[in-house]
Amino acid sequence: MTRAEVREAGAPATGEVPWRRLDPRTALASGALTLGVGVAGGVPTVAGFAARGSGATALVAGIVVGAVVALVGVVVGAEKVRLARTRFRVGLERVELHSGILVRTRRSLPRERIRSVDVHADPVARVLGLATLRVDTARRASVADRPLELRCVRREEAEALRSELLVRRRDDETAGTGLLAALDPRWTRYAPLSFLTPALGAAAAGAVMQVAQWVGLESTVVDAVVAGWRRLGTLGTVAVGLTAVLVVGAVASVAAFVEAWWSYRLEREPSGTLRVRRGLLTTRSTTLEERRLRGVALVEPLGVRTAGAARVDAVATGLATAGGEERTDAAGLLPAAPRELAERVAAAVLREPVSPTRAAVMRTHPVAARGRRVRWATAGALVPALVLAALGAVVAGPFLVAAAAVAVAGLVAGPLLGRAAYRALGHAVHEAYVVVRGGLVRRRTVVLRRDGVIGWSVRQSWFQRRVGLATLWLTTAAGDQAYAVRDVAAADAPGFAAEVVGDVVRPFLTERHSTIG
Amino acid sequence: MVITEPSRDEVGLRPPTHPLPPRVRTWWRIHALGWPGAAVVVLLVLAWLIAPAAAWLGLAAGVVAAVGLVVGLALPAYWYRVHRWEVTDEAVYTRSGYAWQEWRAAPLSRVQTVDPTRGPLQRRLGLATLVVTTASAKGAVTVAGLAGDEADALAHRLTRETRAVPGDAT
Repeated sequence: MTRAEVREAGAPATGEVPWRRLDPRTALASGALTLGVGVAGGVPTVAGFAARGSGATALVAGIVVGAVVALVGVVVGAEKVRLARTRFRVGLERVELHSGILVRTRRSLPRERIRSVDVHADPVARVLGLATLRVDTARRASVADRPLELRCVRREEAEALRSELLVRRRDDETAGTGLLAALDPRWTRYAPLSFLTPALGAAAAGAVMQVAQWVGLESTVVDAVVAGWRRLGTLGTVAVGLTAVLVVGAVASVAAFVEAWWSYRLEREPSGTLRVRRGLLTTRSTTLEERRLRGVALVEPLGVRTAGAARVDAVATGLATAGGEERTDAAGLLPAAPRELAERVAAAVLREPVSPTRAAVMRTHPVAARGRRVRWATAGALVPALVLAALGAVVAGPFLVAAAAVAVAGLVAGPLLGRAAYRALGHAVHEAYVVVRGGLVRRRTVVLRRDGVIGWSVRQSWFQRRVGLATLWLTTAAGDQAYAVRDVAAADAPGFAAEVVGDVVRPFLTERHSTIG
Repeated sequence: MVITEPSRDEVGLRPPTHPLPPRVRTWWRIHALGWPGAAVVVLLVLAWLIAPAAAWLGLAAGVVAAVGLVVGLALPAYWYRVHRWEVTDEAVYTRSGYAWQEWRAAPLSRVQTVDPTRGPLQRRLGLATLVVTTASAKGAVTVAGLAGDEADALAHRLTRETRAVPGDAT
């Protein structure tokens, strides 16, 4: 308590800026959300009892309604107390937030360190004209640097705060401002190709079983599947089941895409910021200062790549950091879109005429790198074969047949996958950027400003040393914090590092290298 | 041209100038022998308590002891040759590695914090670990096993030299 007050007293005076409060209707919004969750959970419960024809249905319904009402009451009450105990103000130099019901926290953020301001609103908040404002700083050295959140304020107030907190350098060059990209509904066709499709399909199948169990109908579902299996045979059942899972998953991933990216717009604002606005039900707005931008990443997951599309992510400081699990979506500048357009957007974001992903001449990696990848892919494919063979030896013969089939498939597919992974590798220095490409399932081309590289390391495992390879890591304050150039020739790794960040490498090169250049 | 062509198998980086103090080998040896030693004791106690499995547990204890002895006696001398460090006017540069070898450098202009830390065993041996962090969460350069007074002096010097750099060094 006393320490917090000392810190507050120690902070520079913010003048006579009055304290402000969050919008009181936040309590209403939280109550409505809780009610929604309660109804969503309560209705199946009551329906389950009703389906079993239990005489206690009325009693259960009464208990559920009572519990939901009590829960909503508690949430609204707690929110009212929280709102009454929360105040904030935006001074000339600092943003301050005092909050906490039992333990008071007083946070004070220097405005010059603010790097991004997000505004988002869930459907309930939108109906009430409210929005949540999140203010983030560049450094994330400790928990004290976590984003500062105002939940909720009026939407107009959130907008005003957003522009107020980020407008600083009016003299910044205004060239290239305006709309950089907007949603083309045709991009929806890439959504089913994402890895979400099988995941959501499987989740839906699981959810059906779960709900059936709640309602006491799981035996009906199992009987239906067994009846289908009798009629269609094993292969037919598997085919129908997979198709159903994929179709449901595709519909779900299209829905997820539309919800997340509807009315998407990427704009450059005169204050030197990039702004992404998107969302159908929950609207999100992410603003990031170009000053924080160290580069972009062109991401091509397998399915999306086969359709000739790519996604663009920002590589910026203060977004997702190691351990900053909460904001993985904040870096998205463009959803999966035709690759040519993705490269145009990347170029526009970097203020370059042509995207370095296109202009850079990528260098290939030594053949030894291909050997390693082929060995990994083949070994990876043979592990399930070995497991199946062990099962066959211990449990039943048919597993041995499956093991043989998997082994043959692995021996054919392994080298192909390994070669594909090798072809994905590439690195280059192009003007002010370093370009690094790699990844089989999720190919990614990272374009990083060379002045954003703040260190390097060369790592060599015993296996790499045997075949004359090494991995170069370029460390940066942005994005993943370090990007790897995997399996380059050991002798070339430091030389390439020197091309990227000359002065931090050159004094440490061996004589032979320094004479070459 | 043929002479200047570097060997394909070697990383073209020269070793940093300074070795660690020789007593760092004692520190490594205690670690490399201590953990297997503790495991051996646990295994032997279990072998004594669980008579039916005594042979297996005894065998496991023997294997752990043998591997631990080989690692603890042979490798510190090798690690001692690998681990080296250097601080120039522009950068911190280290070579380290137990199974992997790693060369690492960070420019002083990007250094954010310099902290010497000491574990109980290090304190006994008069050693310290110097951690130099940069704005990258994966960019820290660590020198483990420096002489304690040297680590303090370095921390002092680096803190002084890097304080002058404006901005948040991102």
